[in-house]
Amino acid sequence: MAVRILFLGPLSDLAGAGEREVAGPLDWDGLLASVGPQVAGQLRDDRVNVACAGKVLADKTALAAQDGEEVALLPPVSGG
Amino acid sequence: MARKWRCSLRCRVARLSVRSPADIRLLDRGLSVGEGLAAFNAAHGEAGAIASFLGKVRPDGDVKALELTHYAPLTQPGMESLAQQAIARFSLDGVLAWHRVGVMQPGDAIVLVAAAARHRRDAFDATMFVMDHLKSAAWFWKRERRGSDPDGEWRWVEPRGEDHADLARWTTPD
Repeated sequence: MAVRILFLGPLSDLAGAGEREVAGPLDWDGLLASVGPQVAGQLRDDRVNVACAGKVLADKTALAAQDGEEVALLPPVSGG
Repeated sequence: MARKWRCSLRCRVARLSVRSPADIRLLDRGLSVGEGLAAFNAAHGEAGAIASFLGKVRPDGDVKALELTHYAPLTQPGMESLAQQAIARFSLDGVLAWHRVGVMQPGDAIVLVAAAARHRRDAFDATMFVMDHLKSAAWFWKRERRGSDPDGEWRWVEPRGEDHADLARWTTPD
């Protein structure tokens, strides 16, 4: 089992892939260390949200993803 | 031949129906505007007013294609929640919000929103409320391809400041 990290929107270009699997459990520091410096830089931006197991985290630095869970990195949206 | 004809008649009778009070859909292919609005109108016979908005891929400039991506675990639940907020805030009989995902061409429909209410003001306002939230507070990411090269580069579309200002007015006192 592992934690699956999804890179949404423009973050997929920076990451060079739409998703990546890393060993769990995964916390905030572990996330920053495993996504590369460019994506890590974006993650520190307040406008970039993080969801874990289908819920957007009110405090992304409190991330505590377990094996089998999905972590989605959500840059600013542009819909409609 | 006769059997075929009967079948096609039956298919025409089995028209598209919408869920009430909220019909929220993510569509990965064509969005049928006429059918959607006709079904929405039929579902809300008690309404005195129905307003609608259709957003399209602008056919100007050299934009050749537009792609919308979403994140399924959040996008549809977020739209459902937005619809419930609109129903409560504007005393709606019903609301419809259909949003395309995937690749679209200039002129294609991207989003259809409709609101049914007793009176026109609530229907107009609810339609704008839902659209303003879909533009800058729903989980969609948009990129576009310009120029004549079919293998040309895709560029992500940044959210616009105006869109955030449009959203902000719903959180300030009227």
